[in-house]
Parts: sequence; C-alpha cells; structure tokens
Amino acid sequence: MSVHVEPVWLYVLVFLCLMVLTATTVGVAFVDLGSFNTLVALTIAVIKMLLVVTFFMHVRHSTALTKVFIAAGFLWLLLLIAFTLTDVGTRQIPQQPEGWGSATTVVPPPK
Amino acid sequence: MTDASAAHSSQHPPYLAHHFTDIEQQNESGTLGMWLFLLTEIMFFGGLFAMYAVYRLKFFEAFREGSHRLNVAFGALNTAVLIGSSLTMALAVRAAQLSRRKAIIFFIILTMILGIAFIGIKLNYEWSADYREGLVPWMSFHVESPNAPGVRLFFCFYFFMTGLHALHMVIGLGIMCVLLRMAAKGRFDEGYFAPVEVTGLYWHFVDIVWIFLFPLLYLIGGRY
Amino acid sequence: MSAALAEAPPETRVHYLNANYGIKSWLLTTDHKRIALLYLASITLMFFVGGAMAVMMRIHLIDPAGALVHPDTYNKLFTMHGVMMIFFFLIPSIPAVLGNFLVPIMVGAKDLAFPRINLLSWYIFIIGASLTLYAMVSGGVDTGWTFYTPYSTTYANSQVMATALGVFVSGFSSILTGLNFIVTIHKMRAPGLTWFRMPLFLWAIYATSIIQVLGTPVVAIAIFLIGLERLFHVGIFDPAVGGDPILFQHLFWFYSHPAVYIMILPGMGVISEIITCFSRKKIFGYHFVAFSSMAIAVISFLVWGHHMFVTGMSVYAALIFSVLSFLVAIPSAIKVFNWTATLYQGSISYEAPMLYALGFIGLFTMGGLTGLFLASLATDVHLNGTYFIVAHFHYIMVGGAVMAYLGGIHFWWPKISGRMFPDTWARLAAAIVFIGFNLTFFPQFMLGYLGMPRRYATYPAEFQVLNVMSSAGASILGLGYMIPLIYLFWSIRYGPVAPANPWRAKGLEWQTSSPPPTQNFEVPPVVTEEAYAYGPPGSGREGAHD
Ligand SMILES: [Cu+2]
Repeated sequence: MSVHVEPVWLYVLVFLCLMVLTATTVGVAFVDLGSFNTLVALTIAVIKMLLVVTFFMHVRHSTALTKVFIAAGFLWLLLLIAFTLTDVGTRQIPQQPEGWGSATTVVPPPK
Repeated sequence: MTDASAAHSSQHPPYLAHHFTDIEQQNESGTLGMWLFLLTEIMFFGGLFAMYAVYRLKFFEAFREGSHRLNVAFGALNTAVLIGSSLTMALAVRAAQLSRRKAIIFFIILTMILGIAFIGIKLNYEWSADYREGLVPWMSFHVESPNAPGVRLFFCFYFFMTGLHALHMVIGLGIMCVLLRMAAKGRFDEGYFAPVEVTGLYWHFVDIVWIFLFPLLYLIGGRY
Repeated sequence: MSAALAEAPPETRVHYLNANYGIKSWLLTTDHKRIALLYLASITLMFFVGGAMAVMMRIHLIDPAGALVHPDTYNKLFTMHGVMMIFFFLIPSIPAVLGNFLVPIMVGAKDLAFPRINLLSWYIFIIGASLTLYAMVSGGVDTGWTFYTPYSTTYANSQVMATALGVFVSGFSSILTGLNFIVTIHKMRAPGLTWFRMPLFLWAIYATSIIQVLGTPVVAIAIFLIGLERLFHVGIFDPAVGGDPILFQHLFWFYSHPAVYIMILPGMGVISEIITCFSRKKIFGYHFVAFSSMAIAVISFLVWGHHMFVTGMSVYAALIFSVLSFLVAIPSAIKVFNWTATLYQGSISYEAPMLYALGFIGLFTMGGLTGLFLASLATDVHLNGTYFIVAHFHYIMVGGAVMAYLGGIHFWWPKISGRMFPDTWARLAAAIVFIGFNLTFFPQFMLGYLGMPRRYATYPAEFQVLNVMSSAGASILGLGYMIPLIYLFWSIRYGPVAPANPWRAKGLEWQTSSPPPTQNFEVPPVVTEEAYAYGPPGSGREGAHD
C-alpha cells in the first residue's frame, strides 16, 4: 500500500465544504420547495458522503477493488429499498384492469 | 510480489503476523476487511432505512409533524461536532503516517472529546427533552394529534436509528481507548499504523450515517 | 512435493492434530483447521438435535389424529427443527467446516487473513447455539423458523426472545466467516494462482461469502426489531396502530432467500471438485461454472418476493419477483449441464464421494425444477403452504446441501483426519441415504399437490398411506445418517493410514501431507497449472483407472 499523505489544507478544505453544505441543507429546509425539499436534502447528503468517502477515507487512492465493493454496498441498499417500495408503492393500485370485471363481481361457485 | 519484499519477509518485524508474507499484504487485508465490515454496517442500518422509507411514504404528514418536534439547532450543532471529529480523526491518521507520535495522541484525544460532546448533547439536550415532552413511545407518549399513531411510529424510528448510531459511537470511543494505549506505548509509526487507519474508516462511516440521519429525521418536508 | 514425507504414518510426524495437546490448545487455537473441527463437532451436535425433532414429527404423523405429541408441542417441533437445521447446521455446514479447512490450503496460504476473528466467529456461534438450545429446553418456540409478525411480536408466548437472540447472534458468526474468506481469497493467493486457476470450490465459497456479508445484516436488524417490538410493543409491525407486518417479511426474505444459496452454493462447489476427480476430466466450461456462481449470488437478492405471493403483497411487485425468480434457473441449469457434460466420456469410478455427488445432481435438479412451479404465480397459489413446498426445499437443502456436505466430508476426510474410511460401509450409507431421502420426501410432493397443508399436527385420513411411506423413509434416512457418524469416528482410530493424495486428485490440498502440518505446507506452494489438469497434456485422462 503506497502511503499518500494528504496536505492539512486539503482536510481543512473538505471540512469547511462539509460545514457549508450542512448550513445549506438547514437553510434550504426553511424555504418552501414542495416535494423538492426532500430531493435537495438527500442530494446534499450524498455530496457530503462522497466528500467524506473520497478524502477522509482515502478512497481516491484506493484500489479499484475497494471502489467496487463500496459501490456494491450502496447498490445493494438501493435494491433493498427499491424492491420493497415496488410492493408497498403499488399495493393501492387496483389489481384488475378495467373491463376484466371488478372486485365486487360475484363469481358463482363451480358446480 | 517483488523479490525485495520476499527477502524482507524473512526478517519478520514484530507487528507482522506469521501468516502474512509482508506488511503490505497485512495492511491491505486489514483495510479490505474493514471495508467489508462497513458493507455489512450499510446493510444493517439499511434495513432500518428501508422501513423508514416505507412508513415515511405511508404517514408523510405524521412524520412531518413528528420531525417538527425535534430541535434543528441541536441537530445541526451535532452534525458540526461530528464532522469536526471526522476531521481530527483524519488528522490523527495523517500524524501516524508521518510518525508524529505526540500528534497521534493529541488528535485521538480531540476526536474522543468531540465524540463524547456529541453523545452529551444528544443525551442531555435532546433525548431528555423528548422524554419530558412525552415523545418516547414506550415510556411516556402523549401527543394530542389526529396523526398520533404515525407520530408514534416516527419517534420509534427516531429513537431506534439515533440509538443504534449512538451505540456505534460508544463502540468507536471504546476502540479509541485501546488505540490511545497503543499510541502511548509508541506502537505506531509510518511502518505500522493500520489500527489507526482502520479505526478512522469506522469513525468516518459513523459520521456518514449521521449525515443521512440528520436531514431524514430533522428536516422532513421542510421547516417553513 | 515431499512425497516420501507425506507417505510416512501420521504418528511419526508433526501435523496440526498432534502439534500440541490439551483442551486449551483447541479452545484457544487460531489454526483454521482446528477451528474447522470445532465447527464440525458443534454443527454435528445441532444436526442430530434438529434431526431428533424431525424423527418425532414423522412418528407423530403416522396417525391422522397425531400419534405422539400435543398439537402445541408439534408447533414447537417444526419450529425448532427449522431453526436448528437452517441457522445452526446448514448455513455453517460447508462454509464453516470444509471452507474453514480448505480455503487457506486451496489458496496456498498458512491461515485465513484474520485467524483470531475466525476463532471469535466460532465462539459467537456457540453463544448463539447455546441461547437457542436454552430456548428449546425452557419451553421451545412455536412461531415457525420464519418468525412471522405479528404472531411472533404480539401473540406468541413461547421463548421467542431467546431464540431470536440466538439467531441474531449467530448471524454475526456467519458474517465474520464470510468476511474472512473474501479477504483471504483476494489477498492471500499463492504466486501463480490467478482467479481462473482457482478451484471452483473457491469460486463457490467466494460467491457465498458475498451473500453472507451483504444479506445477513438485514435479517439481523429484522430480528432485532422483533426483539424491540416484543419488549416495548411500539407497533412497528402491528396493523392496529399503522404498522405493516408484511414489511417484516420483506426484510426477512431479503436475507433468507439468498440464504438458500448460502446453503447450496458451497455444495455446488464441492460437487465440481468431486465430479472432476472421479471422472478424471477437466470440468466442462470452467468459466461458465465460475461465473454462474457469481450470477446466482447476485440474482438471489432480486427474487425474495416469491415467498410472499399470497401475503397480500401487490400483484405488480409479485409479477416482477416471479419473472426474476425464473432467471435463477439459468445459472443453476448451467451448472447441472456442465457437470453432466464433464461426466461424458470420463473414466468414472464410483467411490463414496462420487455416489453422493451423483445423488446431488439428480436430487438438486428435482428440487430446482419444482421450484419453478412455486415461482409462477398461478401454481403458487395452489401449492403455497402445502407439503409441496416442504418437499421442494428439502430436495434442495437435504437432497442438495446435505448430500454435498456428506460427499465433501468423505472426499476430504483422509486429508482432515489422516485416515481412510471403510469404503464398503461408505457406499452402503450413500445408497441408504439416497433411498431413504426419496422415500421420505417424494410422497410429500404428492401430498402437497393433493392439498395437505404443512405445519398441522393432524390430517384427513386419506393422506395416511403417503404419510406412513414418508415416515418409513425418514427412519431409513436416519439410519443412513447414523452409519457415517459411526464409521468416521471408528476410522479416526482404526482406519488405514491415508496417503497424501488417496484419490489422485488435483489441487493444492492434495499436495501437502495428510493431515497437513500446522503451517499447511512445508514449502510455500507455487501454482503452475490450471485447475483440474487431469491427464497428460491433451488426453484429459491422467490417472485413469485401469
Ligand atoms: Cu426463495
């Protein structure tokens, strides 16, 4: 492992960026953006995470393997959330297309 | 593996475990192992995040109401404190890379102080206030609202998630006590600092979890 | 390598078993081979505990009204049988025993990357197993091994907490084992051992470890939430206050479907080793078999909803999960076809491990194909909750995973113990297991198709014939499992001394002595050839039986 010693100013710069982003995320929360508030908050959180991962956790000097593993971790988390939401998010949609008969239709029992 | 490193392995420095060929292999294994552990942590918190997402969609109004009962100022302050501790942790690793033994100890202590400050603020100004206001679902829950069941669910997730996060911080502080002992004995230098580095990875991960928890718990649906 | 040294009787030479003695040298060991044996002893115990419950259930079901136990006890029997067998036998079986023993040797290393974490994982396993055994003797648990909410959180008044805690704890043992294997395979391969020279067992273990690392934490948090819910009754799974019980199933099956592959993938790796060795042929389509392991690991995470088709899940989600479930059949079929093609024109010999491997191929194929019935939405509605499901997953878990485990134990027993097992007895036992297994579980396919529900202590009288057949088969199967237990123990003392490579097999583990020295190799090995290089160049037949 080739050791990369980062200069102190880089760490401090990253720290300052993180603080500015924290302030931004709090500030934006007090502005009415409708459903975009969540989007903005999450985007800022992702940017902050990338800053921490890239610089504080030295991933910019890591092997491709480490990068693949990290990407896989987040991909798997997304899979878990996305597939769970495909169920929960579509449960309310009627399950029969129109014209196929509705849930109230009584089907006579077979003889 | 180069010939030079093969020749090195015969000397076996004291910190090189017998089953590794050289220190590079040992360090890389340690770092990779920690990253894999962090993957499991992502999925561990991930289960809670997935459930949170579902209930937040289902009870959005109630979650917003619950969220607005939290104190953004303390949440933001704690975010700053934790990011600061990440900075000092990064500097501790840097000090180890440069064999600055006193600086290692200094920055680890600083990190611990900030970590304790985070937990202190959480405990003293937030959780205790929540308790007094009757927001703890299983101890004292008095919310007068048509959304009360949803608010209750919100506070379940709030306490489970911040509680699990705080537990991880306490474990991190425990590991740092061990690091401190090792650092005091002068065990770390540019040739061997894997424990500091690996602890750093863990600590930054805990920071990242909070980076997501803060907007997801304190800033639901805006504060306007 | 040092052939003369390898042929010397084990008593005259220092190896991992006699390097030091005493209880402490075992309980504090960091040697992966000794930890493998610690696991072997513990999971064998759990296997027979879980097996005893199966025996009681089969005796009970001889009579339509129930012959043996109270219905409440029956509920506890099938629950504890599932918990023991899945979490404390099948999941650790091949990875923690054969994987622990073989992974470092197969990569040519002295030990796993983190030997102390390896020992820690065994202690964590023991804590989890003790909690679960405690739950068993202090009243048992009756939720089913799936801990479905809200029954497990609100209504069950059996030992849910202790069992859930035991499963939760043992999960971390599984995670640490997987983590150790991934790092070892990435970082500690011997010079010359490229990824595509690795034995397919290592590919299978690697794919398994990925599932262990990414899946297990999710079931851990799900079970953790059951604990919190039972303690505090906050209602996260209680529909009465807005909770969603199906959400628990999502989290549970996100792990527990891939967990099926934690059990079967290593078995597939074992089969690849055995088939090539006893056909004296290179594996057909190495890359396909290797990548199909990885494909199974990835796809396995996308299909969990097929356990929930009749829970009230959205049909749109069900459609997606159904289509994706069919996809798993592709990599699984690739493996079966490639093993069959490997057998083609091989010079096959029917040693005991090979009998288990051939049994595996047939039984796994049946288990896999019946899985397709359950992956399609319409037939699943009819078959869900019947004995068809019970038969299906036993064909995978017992016909597949346990057969592979026994095959692997026999194949590597000379390496592990330094002794040969009695060949005739071993072949006989393999045949008995195969016959007993089919007699036990094939009638259950029919029972399920006819509509007999699972998890009931009684059943209508017209199902009795098939149930009695199943129970008779179970007693044969039980006998089949007792025989290896006896002769393997016997062989440790009285078996003929094993040479370094009794099967004339390829692979690094056969190049060191039996049993291996603590450091695994006298000289660090260098790999110069592909895996399964049977035969002089071009012939594919080296060491063919004459
Ligand atoms: Cu499944």
